[in-house]
Amino acid sequence: MIDKFVDTIAEAVGGVRDGATVLVGGFGSVGQPDALIEGLIDTGTRELTIVANNVGSGFVGLAKLLQVGRVRKMICSYPRSAGSVVFEEVYATGRLELELVPQGTLAERIRAAGAGIPAFYTPTAVGTRLAEGKEVREFNGRRYVLEEALPGDMALVEAWQADRWGNLTYRRSGRNFNPLMAMAAKVTVAQAHHVVDLGALDPEAVVTQGVCVDRVVHVPYPADSAEAAHD
Amino acid sequence: MTEQQTAGITPKPLNRLQMAQRVAADIPEGWCVNLGIGVPTLVADAIPADREVIIHSENGILGMGPAPAEAERDPWLINAGKQHVTLRPGGSYFHHADSFALVRGGHVDLCVLGAYEVAENGDFANWATSDTEAAPAVGGAMDLAAGARRIWVVMEHTTREGRPKLVRACSYPLTAPAAVSRIYTNLAVLDVTPDGLKVVELVPGLDLAGLRAVTEARVVG
Repeated sequence: MIDKFVDTIAEAVGGVRDGATVLVGGFGSVGQPDALIEGLIDTGTRELTIVANNVGSGFVGLAKLLQVGRVRKMICSYPRSAGSVVFEEVYATGRLELELVPQGTLAERIRAAGAGIPAFYTPTAVGTRLAEGKEVREFNGRRYVLEEALPGDMALVEAWQADRWGNLTYRRSGRNFNPLMAMAAKVTVAQAHHVVDLGALDPEAVVTQGVCVDRVVHVPYPADSAEAAHD
Repeated sequence: MTEQQTAGITPKPLNRLQMAQRVAADIPEGWCVNLGIGVPTLVADAIPADREVIIHSENGILGMGPAPAEAERDPWLINAGKQHVTLRPGGSYFHHADSFALVRGGHVDLCVLGAYEVAENGDFANWATSDTEAAPAVGGAMDLAAGARRIWVVMEHTTREGRPKLVRACSYPLTAPAAVSRIYTNLAVLDVTPDGLKVVELVPGLDLAGLRAVTEARVVG
């Protein structure tokens, strides 16, 4: 019997190595797998490359991961927002590498990784500082920049519902980067607010197919991340 | 302003809400529109209630509605500016790759953005104010600039120090080259043309010479 459920956060995030690339879902605090990020902190893993749209706010989640010095490099689109004080402090020390990626390019690089596409041409950022040093090619009279896929060693995602096959649904704007990241990593871990029986999810409404998901841990709403989601 | 302004009216710049209302007046029914942070966000509420315009938010929403009352806030529903919003009947959710496929694929009719500078050829800068900034942030601005069918900028005509924001060439890092087609400021509405910025409208009491006095870019009447 296929059963992706694990009982503890520690089991869920186990096996991640120093230097790993970890994809972390969420946009702002919505859809961000805070319980799994806490678990990642508890593993003691170091020198991580973190791929996420934002860098956390306050002193929880990604901000805490940065604060305790576990991140070597951030790949993100928007590291500046209300309360992103930890990132700014750590960045100012010069110990953190930042790769700034336009949001749509970030999403497509992750999508490509999960879809078997090694690189793609996009019109975004052509003629700007963020395209410097990258291959540019003209198609039908317009210039495009070559961007490479962005796979992860592990993806941490937040889902709304999950079944034992690992099929996932998301909630409203909590979907964001989560389904893309779920397909783009060697090991995908989901924290789900609701656990449902196999067959209970409407097949038309499953967003992430369970074959992409390795482990699911039940983190019920409104515990943990729900507080963060309220900002 | 200038001596040519003999109409006897002192030019009165638009406030932020009036700028948003001026932009909204030009958005026709049926358009799919993405709105940036700041004054562009105010445009949504300035669109008349009986005109159906579909608002896109980068974080996976089409058919975004106005902010809810505090008690009605849904922690799962925020816009790209991280503000609580609502969904209109007919609205839908999708992931980030689909969201930007809608943008780059030409399915978004208009994006309204703020800017630090717009050049007379439509270049604009709205994400970083220097090459040495501590932690720059770009978000979806470059994707929208490259992908939306048209880019309108709404911004103050000058900086707080009175320096022109409509310039010959941008001094800040570009968001996109030759992307802006129309600019709404607190003083004027201008179209980007091969000859320079063409005046569509001036606030009452302001004449061409008065506008040119606060504009570095070429202005054609």
